[in-house]
Parts: sequence; C-alpha cells; structure tokens
Amino acid sequence: MNWNSASDFFAMGGYGTYVWGAYVVTAVCMAIEPVVVALRHRRVRRELAAEEQRR
Amino acid sequence: MSTTFAVLVARDLRLAARRRIDVALPIAFFTVAVSLFPLGVGPEPQTLRQIAPGVVWVAALLAAMLSVTQLYATDLADGSLEQMLLVPDARLAIAAAKAASHWLVTGLPLVVAAPVFGLMFDLSREAIAALVASLVLGTPVLSLLGGLGAALTLGLRSGAVLLILIIVPLCIPALIFGAGAVAAVDAGQSARGHYSLLGAVLIFTAALAPIATAAALRIATE
Amino acid sequence: MTTATPRWSLYRFASPATFYPLAGKLVPWFAAVAAILAAWGLWLGMLRAPTDATQGDAYRIIFIHVPAAWMSMLLYVVMAFWAAIGWAFNARLASVVARAIAPTGAMFTFLALWTGAFWGKPTWGTWWVWDARLTSELILLFLYGGFLALVAAIDDPRRADRAGALLAIVGSVNIPIIYFSVVWWNTLHQGASVSPAMAPKMAAIMLQAMLLMTLSFWAYAFAVIFVRARAIALERDNAASWADAAVGRARPQTEAAT
Repeated sequence: MNWNSASDFFAMGGYGTYVWGAYVVTAVCMAIEPVVVALRHRRVRRELAAEEQRR
Repeated sequence: MSTTFAVLVARDLRLAARRRIDVALPIAFFTVAVSLFPLGVGPEPQTLRQIAPGVVWVAALLAAMLSVTQLYATDLADGSLEQMLLVPDARLAIAAAKAASHWLVTGLPLVVAAPVFGLMFDLSREAIAALVASLVLGTPVLSLLGGLGAALTLGLRSGAVLLILIIVPLCIPALIFGAGAVAAVDAGQSARGHYSLLGAVLIFTAALAPIATAAALRIATE
Repeated sequence: MTTATPRWSLYRFASPATFYPLAGKLVPWFAAVAAILAAWGLWLGMLRAPTDATQGDAYRIIFIHVPAAWMSMLLYVVMAFWAAIGWAFNARLASVVARAIAPTGAMFTFLALWTGAFWGKPTWGTWWVWDARLTSELILLFLYGGFLALVAAIDDPRRADRAGALLAIVGSVNIPIIYFSVVWWNTLHQGASVSPAMAPKMAAIMLQAMLLMTLSFWAYAFAVIFVRARAIALERDNAASWADAAVGRARPQTEAAT
C-alpha cells in the first residue's frame, strides 16, 4: 500500500484537487452515460409496446 | 469530361458576373473581419505584424466557407442541379467545376486583395509576397473542401453553420502551413518547407476532394 | 434454386433480429468485465503504485487520461469502419452501430481533454497548453461533433447514414495529416519553457494499471454502445416484426407488415 492513511490518500501529496477533479468528472460521466442510454432504450420499448394497445 | 468542366465553369462565371453582389459579399466580409482585429487587439504595429498572417488566413477561411453554400444552393433551388446530374458520369466534373469557379470568384479576389491587408498590418515586402503565395496555394484547398461540405449539406436548413463545423477541422493543415509560411518569412527564416507541405496538401486535396464531393452529391440527391 | 446460408455465416449478424437479443445478452457481461478490470486497475494505480519522483501524485491522472485518449481515437476509427460498411453494403445495422459509437467516442474525447487539463495545471502551470497532442485531441472533438451534427441535421435516415459515413471516412483520412500539421506547428512555435513530458517513466506496475484501465474502458464502451445500438435499431425499425418480438407484443393476424 502506497499510503499511510486515508487522509494521505485523499490529499494525493498536495495534488488532491487536480487528481480528484479529474477522477470525479470521469466517474460522473461514465455513470451518467449508461443511465441515459438505458433510459432511452426503455422509453423506446415502452412506446412500441403502447403503440400496440392503440391499434 | 473536360468539356463538361469547361462549360460549367464558364456558366458559373457568367452567372457570377450577373449577380455581382454574390461576388462582392465574401470580399466585404473578409475586409470587415480583418479590420476588426486591430480594433479588438490594439493598434500596436509589432502586435499587428505578428497576428497578421493568422488573421488574414482565418478570415479567408471563414469567407470561403460562408460563400460556398451558394455553390449548389441556387442550382438546387431551380432544378438545374438535377438536370446536370442526369448527364452520365458528370458528377466528378460538376464537383471539380464548382470548386474551380468558387476559387475564381472568391479565392482569386482574396489573393489579389491580400497585399492591401498586408500593408494595413505593416507587413514587410517579403512577408506580403509570402502571404500572397500561401493564399495562392491555400485558397484552392479551401474551395475544394468547401465544395465537399456544400455537397454534404445540400438542401439542409442549418446549411452554412453546419458546413463550417464539419469542414473547418479539415482545413486546419492548410491554415497551419499557410499562416506559418508568412510567419517564418516575417521572422527572417525560409518558408520553403511550409510551401512544400502546403503544395502537398493542395495536390492531395485536388486529387481526392472532387471524388468525395461527387459521392456526396449522389448521396444528397438519390 | 436456393443456396443454403451456412449456419454460422457472418451475414446473420447483419440482421437486427439476430443482433438485438445477442447484444442484450452480452451487455451485462461487458459491464461486469468493465467493473472488475476498473477495480483492479484502480487498486494497482491509486493504492499500490509508488509516487512519481518528478510529478508527485499528480501523475495518477494518467490512469484515466491515457485510456480515455486511446478510446477516443480507437472509437473514431471503428465508427468510420462500420459507417463505411453500412454505406458500401447497404447494411443498415452497421450504420446504426456507427451512430451508436459517436456519442461515446465524443465523451471519451471530452474526458481526455478534461483530465489532460487537470494534469497540465499542476505539471505545466496552466489549465490549457497548445501542445500537439491536446490540440489534436481538441480537433478530434470537432470531428466527432461534425459527425453528430451532420447526421442529426438530415431527416432521411439513409441519407444521414451515408453522408455521415462519407464524413467519417474523410475525417479518418485526414487525421494523420491533421496530427502531423499540429506537431509541426507545435515544434515550430515551441516556447522555451513549455516542453511537456506527458508520460513519466513507467514502472511496471504503472503500465499494468494503465493497460487494465484501457481494457476496462473498452468493455465499458462495448456495453454502452450495444445498448444505444439496440435503442436506435428499435427507433428506426419500429414497425418491423423483429421489433414486435423484441418488445414482446403480438401482431394482429389481419395486419399486414409495413
């Protein structure tokens, strides 16, 4: 383990803002994208199924 | 095919002669755009001399892109483009002819007007010569790539802005080598490398862009 | 007078009816692989790898910056490839896949730029530096944007597919030229102070972590792109019978398929 404590880990040797600024945005994007895409898929399926009721 | 080419270029030049406003507008835009930079950046001659190549080149690029939608728009509107495309194997000639007439009507006047702007920015004689030379080599590239963009965006509502967005990245090498040539001469160095690269870009574009444009015309009209 | 298609012909996968369920089954596996590789890669890179001598711990951004940059470039080429296949063979599903790739590719390009800026600030002193690689990455973002804008602006789906394919191919051909011109531009205008060495000398563990993260991003891309492709295929083919089966609805006997 490279770190002596959790606070050392978050501090990243003084570069915490930069490292976490990069990692957090990346994680957020890679969390949101799958959700958006899955919602799109779900919406299409729902609309197609509903279309059948109307026929 | 060369007769189709010649006929089309002659036709476009005749049309341009009748609609002189269409010819004047790109030059007017170019003039206004170039003149804005000293107003925005300040009149300090040293600064202006440094930014001149970039400013002139970027303005030339934008002027070319803004005027290139006209290439096909009027012909599409009155149906003559469809007629032209009916001629078997004419697409390549049409693409090449449109790019050539665009350059004659928009690019060539820019090249002729360039020395005036060079003086406005206090460029040296050698730098002005380099500016003209780089534009001679570079503006045909802009016309060729612009023609491709115009064919891809044929008939679309968002036309000109969309065209700028998709074509400008492709123009970046020409911009870099062209403006770089002038900057090199301004700094007292040789621009030989820049001219060679710009020439290579021109040859590459002239060989391939008409083919891509012809394909784009087919995609847009079938 | 029919020739039987061999059971395992590749053409089977050109049909949405085959692709849709298959992709659906694969997505969870890709997602799981992505998560596991990311956990492993981050454990190695963030917790185990030593602090760098010159850059301190700021270098750890490399474990997401480089994978994002590689993915952004790889996905563009793959997108152009499938778009070209869709155009050449009139294979609509290939075009659908190409369109599904574009947003993810653009996202990775943005992330490469963002993480690059956050790496640049502590190491070079400014948020943005016009170095050859970052500038080329910015231009790549414009190329993705152009593709997305063009296909969005064309209403007819097949014209949009083909125009996008042509633009993607033209873009791919131009990428080496653009990169070369940007490197040239950068070396000529190199300021005395700015000489960024983006990649610190790699200890084996750093390299390992970076490779794991790259593979993780690759698996992630597969998962997201497959889901998006399924959605797009349904949107386009909404009246087809395979769509009925996919969505689980019955088609009335009297209705003719459109």
